[in-house]
Amino acid sequence: MMRYTMGRLISLCLSLIVASIVIFTVVEVVPGDPAAYMLGVNARPDTLAALRSELGLDMSLPERYFAWTTGMMQGDFGQSYTYRTPIAAMIADRVWVSLPLALFALTLTIVIAFPAGIYAASRRGKLGDLGVMGATQLGVAVPNFWFAMILVMIFAIKLRWFSAGGFAGWEGGLLSGLKSLLLPAVALALPQAAILARVMRSSLLDMLGEDFIRTARAKGLSRRQALWRHALRNALIPVLTIIGLQFSFLLAGGIVIEQIFFLPGLGRLIFQAISARDLIVVESVVMLLVFVVIVVNFVIDLTYAAVDPRLRLRK
Amino acid sequence: MRLPRSLLIGGFLSLLFLGGAALSLFWTPYDIEILSISSRLQTPSAMHWLGTDQLGRDMLSMVMMGTRTSIAVALLAVGIGMGLGVPLGLLAAARRGSLLDEVIMRGNDLIFAFPSLVIAILITAVFGAGAMNAIIAIGIFNVPVFARLTRGSALSFWSRDFILAARVSGKSASRISVEHILPNIANLMIVQGTIQFSLGILAEAALSYIGLGAQPPIASWGRMLADAQTLASIAPHVALVPGMAIVLMVLGLNLMGDGLRDLLDPRIRVTRT
Repeated sequence: MMRYTMGRLISLCLSLIVASIVIFTVVEVVPGDPAAYMLGVNARPDTLAALRSELGLDMSLPERYFAWTTGMMQGDFGQSYTYRTPIAAMIADRVWVSLPLALFALTLTIVIAFPAGIYAASRRGKLGDLGVMGATQLGVAVPNFWFAMILVMIFAIKLRWFSAGGFAGWEGGLLSGLKSLLLPAVALALPQAAILARVMRSSLLDMLGEDFIRTARAKGLSRRQALWRHALRNALIPVLTIIGLQFSFLLAGGIVIEQIFFLPGLGRLIFQAISARDLIVVESVVMLLVFVVIVVNFVIDLTYAAVDPRLRLRK
Repeated sequence: MRLPRSLLIGGFLSLLFLGGAALSLFWTPYDIEILSISSRLQTPSAMHWLGTDQLGRDMLSMVMMGTRTSIAVALLAVGIGMGLGVPLGLLAAARRGSLLDEVIMRGNDLIFAFPSLVIAILITAVFGAGAMNAIIAIGIFNVPVFARLTRGSALSFWSRDFILAARVSGKSASRISVEHILPNIANLMIVQGTIQFSLGILAEAALSYIGLGAQPPIASWGRMLADAQTLASIAPHVALVPGMAIVLMVLGLNLMGDGLRDLLDPRIRVTRT
């Protein structure tokens, strides 16, 4: 297990280093000087030079990369070109919307997909299976931002059960915060639940055809008992892979959904930064999102090993 | 041979949209560049089958033009993915176990680790919004999909007798890859191509919706939805029409992909018959 963990840890570090180089390079190749952009065309050369020095733009590219990455490791993401405030503080304010939204959506995804996938697999070829498969086929095709608009039209405008946007904040209590995030989370979760239910069904059906299930059945277990006691645990490995990938989809998808529901999360921060050409903010938020996704995938890899001993024993 | 039902339904839906897009090259019911404020937000009628938008433009014509944009972006993105991914996968399989194989596969793993939409947003934010940057952003994430699939399928052929015979006859690894392996995995690539094509349609719509995809005056489904957002309560059809177009097109492509897999995969075909 130690060898497996070390291997994954090295892979995690390499991924983070390459990701940071790619993101830094992509942003740094943009023509134009942020200091000149901030001060406008009539800026005096000495003011421009002072601002360039203050923002660290007079350093060489490797120096800036090193300063950026070491700063991030210490929680210093630099300063916004537009707002002149620390980016870390801007992120800290907004992460408490984006992260709970992604986690809430992931929970809903699992809560919907697991029963649907297990039900479809246990009713293979029957009406229930066909119904679930038809619904998931449709769910996969629905763009989450359009589904969000439909939810707003029905539940906010027509029925008035929820507000059409905005975030009540966590100060008003957990329930009030979750209520603000419910429609966005449902919009994010539905297409992902459709994908996960299909994977769950297919993985379970693969397991149900294995020899060990036949043995279990031969020993007197009913199909249902064999499914719950033996097939399910083994079917979880591909399901975990998809859940890991889905977390990144949900985090990234949240960027778009936050726009629809006017949620003050990282997505809105990115779009405000894009429209203001505040690329240092874009760079830092993207790096943070990539970091979270890579770390989640690392955790999922370790979970595989816990679920499937063959992986941790493999040389 | 009976064709799978999903292939028939999916094929019909896909052809409907492809036909609409092709037709829009020569003809649309109305010119979408002519605005008619007096006839804005009309519900579907005999004059305007899918109604009109907030600027009085015919929604059917807009959908037809939007289909063209979606197909063009998704098709080119799949082209980038296949064009780079398949040769990389074939190379990795031909040099299996070598440093080159390791570098190609780890590179693929790395791209997979990135949240694609975030990077697509980064690329379009930095290099500017537009259809071309959307194509590149979506296409990059298709490369590892095709590379992995190609390598995995090609590997299973490298141990087969007919490949051994080709090697004994003195053919180089690259020639064997192109002449013998590629034709054998082409079916798989077609099936994966339809899946990536449908994902490309969704990605293009998302990027256009947030203003980073195709820019006006080019019509796009995502842009139509973005424009409809504030009007959905007074004229729901402006949000429903482009949304339904996306759903039906993606559904059609997914069903077609499933049907093609059933048709082209001999193992599934044997089970079915």
